[in-house]
Amino acid sequence: MRVYAVDVLVIGAGAAGMAAAAAAAREGARTVLLERGERLGGVLEQCIHPGFGLHRYREELTGPEFAHRLRGELEDSGADVLTGITALEVFPDGPKVKAVSPRGLKAFSPKAVVWAAGARERPFGALRIPGTRPAGIFTAGLAQRLLDLEGFLPGKRAVILGSGDIGLIMARRLHLEGVEVAAVLEIQPFPGGLTRNVVQCLHDFGIPLLLSHTVAEVHGRERLTGITAVRVDEHRRPIPGTERHIEADTLILSVGLIPEVRPIEGLVALDPVNRGPRVNGWLQTEAPWLFAAGNCVAVFDLVDTVAELGERAGAAAARYAVGELPAGKKVPLVRGENVTALVPSYLDGAAEGARIYLRVPRPLEGVTVDLGGVVRRPVRVARPAEMIGITLDGDALSELSRREEIVVEVKRSG
Amino acid sequence: MSEKKLVCVSCPMGCELTVVLEGKEVVSVSGNRCPRGEEYARAEAVEPRRVLMTLVRVEGGMDRVVSVKTDRPIPLRLFPKAMERVRELSVKAPVTIGTVVEKDFLTTGANLIATRFAR
Amino acid sequence: MRIAVIGAGAVGALIARELCRYEAEVILFEREPDVGWGVTKANSGIVHAGFHDEPGTVRARFCALGNALFPELAAELDIPFRRTGAYVLAFTKGEFSTLRELLVQGEANGVPGLEIHRREEVLAQEPWVNPEVVGGLWAPTVGITLPWELAIAATENALKNGLELHLSEPVVGIEVSRGRVRAVRTDRGRYPVDAAVNAAGLFADRIAQMAGLDGLFLHPRRGEYVLLDETTGSLVNAVLFPAPTPVSKGILVLPTVEGGLLLGPNARDLPSDAREATETTREGLEEVIAGAKHLVPGLPLHKTVKTFAGLRPESPQKDFVLGETKVARFYQAAAMRSPGLTAAPAVARWLAREIALAHGLREKGNFNPKRTRIPHPADLPEEEWARLIREDPRWGRIVCFCNRVTEGEIVEAIRRGARTLDGVKFRTRAGFGRCQGGFCTDRILAILARELGVAPWEVTARGGGSRMVLGEVRP
Ligand SMILES: Cc1cc2nc3c(=O)[nH]c(=O)nc-3n(C[C@H](O)[C@H](O)[C@H](O)COP(=O)(O)OP(=O)(O)OC[C@H]3O[C@@H](n4cnc5c(N)ncnc54)[C@H](O)[C@@H]3O)c2cc1C
Ligand SMILES: Cc1cc2nc3c(=O)[nH]c(=O)nc-3n(C[C@H](O)[C@H](O)[C@H](O)COP(=O)(O)OP(=O)(O)OC[C@H]3O[C@@H](n4cnc5c(N)ncnc54)[C@H](O)[C@@H]3O)c2cc1C
Ligand code: SF4
Repeated sequence: MRVYAVDVLVIGAGAAGMAAAAAAAREGARTVLLERGERLGGVLEQCIHPGFGLHRYREELTGPEFAHRLRGELEDSGADVLTGITALEVFPDGPKVKAVSPRGLKAFSPKAVVWAAGARERPFGALRIPGTRPAGIFTAGLAQRLLDLEGFLPGKRAVILGSGDIGLIMARRLHLEGVEVAAVLEIQPFPGGLTRNVVQCLHDFGIPLLLSHTVAEVHGRERLTGITAVRVDEHRRPIPGTERHIEADTLILSVGLIPEVRPIEGLVALDPVNRGPRVNGWLQTEAPWLFAAGNCVAVFDLVDTVAELGERAGAAAARYAVGELPAGKKVPLVRGENVTALVPSYLDGAAEGARIYLRVPRPLEGVTVDLGGVVRRPVRVARPAEMIGITLDGDALSELSRREEIVVEVKRSG
Repeated sequence: MSEKKLVCVSCPMGCELTVVLEGKEVVSVSGNRCPRGEEYARAEAVEPRRVLMTLVRVEGGMDRVVSVKTDRPIPLRLFPKAMERVRELSVKAPVTIGTVVEKDFLTTGANLIATRFAR
Repeated sequence: MRIAVIGAGAVGALIARELCRYEAEVILFEREPDVGWGVTKANSGIVHAGFHDEPGTVRARFCALGNALFPELAAELDIPFRRTGAYVLAFTKGEFSTLRELLVQGEANGVPGLEIHRREEVLAQEPWVNPEVVGGLWAPTVGITLPWELAIAATENALKNGLELHLSEPVVGIEVSRGRVRAVRTDRGRYPVDAAVNAAGLFADRIAQMAGLDGLFLHPRRGEYVLLDETTGSLVNAVLFPAPTPVSKGILVLPTVEGGLLLGPNARDLPSDAREATETTREGLEEVIAGAKHLVPGLPLHKTVKTFAGLRPESPQKDFVLGETKVARFYQAAAMRSPGLTAAPAVARWLAREIALAHGLREKGNFNPKRTRIPHPADLPEEEWARLIREDPRWGRIVCFCNRVTEGEIVEAIRRGARTLDGVKFRTRAGFGRCQGGFCTDRILAILARELGVAPWEVTARGGGSRMVLGEVRP
C-alpha cells in the first residue's frame, strides 16, 4: 500500500471539511481533502430550500448554491481533493489514515487530521416503536435524497414524526410535489424547528402540527398502511384513550442527528451530550494532531457556523503541522442549568478568537447566558432550534482561562 | 372588517400578531413587541410572498431532475399554479448552476433558475 | 426419482442439500421471493447444547446431534459460528436447584462439559451480570450463528449440486392417490413427484392438510427482540439465560456474531390464524427490556438499532414431527420450534438417509459440500482486498458505511440470487449497522435496479407490494 505524506488531511467534504481544507491550504499547508461521495458538499447538495449563507455571504442561498461558493473557495486555495474515497481507519501512532477507493487502498501519514464526517440520522429502529416493519418508513435525509437528488416519488400520503427543521422542510417539499402530508407529530409540547419554518412550511399550506404527539404503532405488512398517533403526557408517556389512526403509506422520521465518529471513537474522549469528540477552542481533540469540525462534533443548525468552525479547525491544523499552534492550560467547560449541546469542551487561553456555542433544552424567555460569572449575555428568547453563539474578547478569555473550570448556564435574568 | 392571525418570523420571539383588515387595507396590527413585527404583518397580511423551490425534469442526461428556485419571492397564492407549470417544463442536460429555466415565471417578474449542476 | 421439498427455511434448505448428495432430482419450493424469510429469519440464533429438552423427546435427541454437527457444517458452508458457551443464571435458591435439574437432564441427553459455577466464578467471567446472581450452569458447547445465512448457504450449495429452486412459488396442493404422493401443485403449475417433504415451518399444518393428513395443529407463539448496535456485543461473553419456566427458556441476553447484543425473546401465544403477526408490541418490548435488565442491569439501551419479532411454530405435542406419514412418500420435518435451528442439520441428514434407504438411492460421486461466503473485504488482509479491487474496482467502493460493505459485495449478492432490498441486506449486512440504511438505502436501490435491469420504482423491500418508491416525481 502506498503511503502519502501530507501536512493536513481533511476527511469529509461537507461545509466543514471544504472550509477546513481551504483554510489549511491558505495557511500554506500541503492539504488533501477526502470525500467518500462523488460530489462535494455533503448534506448541502440535498437541501434545495433557501436559508443558507445569510451570515457568511449576506445572501439567502439554497444548499447547493452555498456548496458551490465553498467549492470555489476550495479551488482557489490550492488544496488537493480526492472523491470516491472512504477513510476507514484513523490510527493514533504517527497520525495515519487508511482509506479505500475503486483505485485501491491508500494510506496517508499527515501531520494533522481534520475529522469532518458530518452526522448520521437516528434510525426508526432506535425509537423502539411497536408494530410491523413495512416499506415506506424513511429517515428525513433519505427521503430528501430520494426526492430532491434522485427525483423519485417516495409515496402518496405521509406522516412526519419530528418537527425539527428537517421534518418541517420535508413537509413542505412533499406537499409541493403532490404528496399529501396528513400531519407532523412532535413529542415535545413545542415545535423543534424555527418559527419561520413552522409558518412557511406548515401554516402556508395548512399542514397540521400535533404537539405532544408521537407514533404509538406502525401498521402494514408490505408497504405502510397507517400509523396510530397518540398524545403524550409531560413525561412523554402515551395517554391511553387518545390513540387515533392516521392512514399513510409513508412515514418520515426527523428525530435527530448523531455525530459520525466511527473511526475515531476509540481514540479520543466523546462528549456524552453532543456525542461528538471533546474539543478545545481550536477544535482540537484530546489527541493533539486530530481536529474535528462541523456536525461530527455536535449537531449545528446553521451552515454558516459549520463553515466558520471548519475554517478555524483547518487553520489550526495547519499551524499544528508546522509546530506553531500555541497551547495553554486546558480549562473544562461544565454544563450548568439549561444547557444541552455545548462546544467547545475546553477553553485554552491561547485560543484567541474562540466562540462558545450552546443550545437550551426548551424555549426560554428573558434569560442570561452566564460563562463562569465572567461573561453575562442577556437573551430575550432562547429556543432549542437555534444555537446561541458567544464570542470571547481577549480580557474575558484570559480571565476565564485562569479558572479550574467554567460553568456555563442559562438563568432567568434579574 | 376582517381579522388575520399571524406569527411573526422576523426574530426568534415569534410574536402572535393580530391584523385587522378593511378589504386590502391594514387597519391595525397588535401583538407585536417591536416595529419590525408591524412591518412584517403589513406585508404578510396583504400578499405573502415566498421563494419557490422545486425540481425540473432534465432531458438527455444522467440526472432525472435539477433543483430550481425563483430568483425572488413570488405570491404564495400562485404556488399551486406554479407547480402545475413546473411539471410541464424540462431542461436539456448539461445544466449549470444559475441557468435561467424560465424567464418571467408566470409573469411575476421572477426568473426560475437552476440551483445545481445536472449532467 | 424426483423429490419436492416444500419450504426453504433452515430446515428445508438443509434437507434439500442433503438430498442432493443422492442420485435424485430435487426441487425446492418457497413461497417468498427469497430463502430463509420464515421462522428462520427472526429467532435467537443460538446453537443450543441440549440441556433444556426433556430426555426421550425427539427434540432432545436431534438437538445434541445437531450441536455436534455444527462446527463441520459451518466450515463447509462458510457461515459464522462461534462457540461462546452459555450460562443459565440463578438468582434464588429455587432457581439454583433448577440448575441442578438441568445439569442432570443435560447429561442424560449426552451434553458434554456441563458445570455448576458459583457466584464469584460467574461474575469473573461475566462482570456485567446482575451481582445478585447466586450461581450459574455453564454449558461450553452452546454457540451462536446467523440463522438466515444457514438457509442461504445451504441453498447455494444445493444449487451447485443440482438443486432446482422455485422462489415466489407457493405450494397450493398435494396430489395423493392410492395412499401415495403423486404430484405437487403450485400457483404456477403441476409437478409430478415421487416423494415430497413438508418443511413449511409455521405453515406445515396447512401443507399436511393438503396431503389429506390431520393431526398436525400449529399455532404461533410470538417472541419479541431488541437489538443493540455493533459496539455493545463485548459487554457479555456467553449466551445468558435465566432459569427456564415451563413455557419457555426465558428472556436472554446474548452476543450476536455481528458484534451486537440481542435481548429477548418473550413468549406470547397467538390465535392459530395469526401466522403473520410478526409485529412488536409495547408490552412485549417492555417485558423484554425488563427481563434483559434482570440479567444485565447496565444495558446501553440508547444503542438500540431495531426491534423485531419471530413466531414459533407450536404444536400441542410440543415436539418435532419427523419422518414418513400415513401418506406414503410424504415426509415431514414439522413443528420445529426451538431448538429447531440447532437440530436442523441432524434432522436433514437423518431424513435424507431415510428417504435414500427407502428408495434405494445411491450417493452421487461428485457431491461438493463446500460453499464460500461473499467476500467481505473489510475483514480480509490488505493484499487480498487490493487484489479484489484490481479485478473489479467496485470492491473498492464503500456503499454501507456502518458495516463497510462494498458495491462488489452487493453485486455479488444479486448474482447469487438477491432480488430485493432485504435480500441484499441479509446477504451482505449492508444497512444492518447503526444507521439502519439511512445512508445507503438509495444507493442499494440504484444498484439493484441497474443489476436487475428494472426501474428503481419496481424494486421492493421484500417482494409483493413493498415498493420502496412509487415512481418519478417528474415522469
Ligand atoms: C435537511 C437539512 C436542512 C438544513 N437546513 C439548513 C438551513 O436552512 N440553513 C442552514 O444554515 N443550515 C441548514 N442545515 C444545517 C447544515 O446544512 C449542516 O449543519 C452542514 O451542512 C453540515 O456540514 P458538515 O460538513 O458538518 O457535514 P456533512 O454535510 O454531513 O458532510 C460530511 C461529509 O463527510 C463525508 N464523509 C463522512 N465520512 C467519511 C469518510 N469516512 N471518508 C470520507 N468522507 C466521509 C460525507 O460523505 C459528507 O460529504 C440543514 C441540514 C439538514 C440535514
Ligand atoms: C422466537 C424464536 C426463537 C428461537 N430461537 C432458537 C434458537 O435460539 N435456537 C434454535 O435452535 N432454534 C430457535 N428457534 C427455532 C428455529 O428458529 C426454528 O426451529 C427454525 O428456524 C425452523 O426452520 P424451518 O425451516 O422449519 O421454518 P421456516 O424458516 O419458517 O421455513 C419454512 C418455509 O416454508 C415456506 N412456506 C410456507 N408455506 C409454504 C407453501 N405453501 N409453499 C412454499 N413454501 C412455503 C415459508 O415461507 C418458509 O420460508 C426459535 C424460534 C423462534 C420463533
Ligand atoms: S414582533 Fe418584533 S419581537 Fe415579535 S417576533 Fe416580530 S420581530 Fe420579534
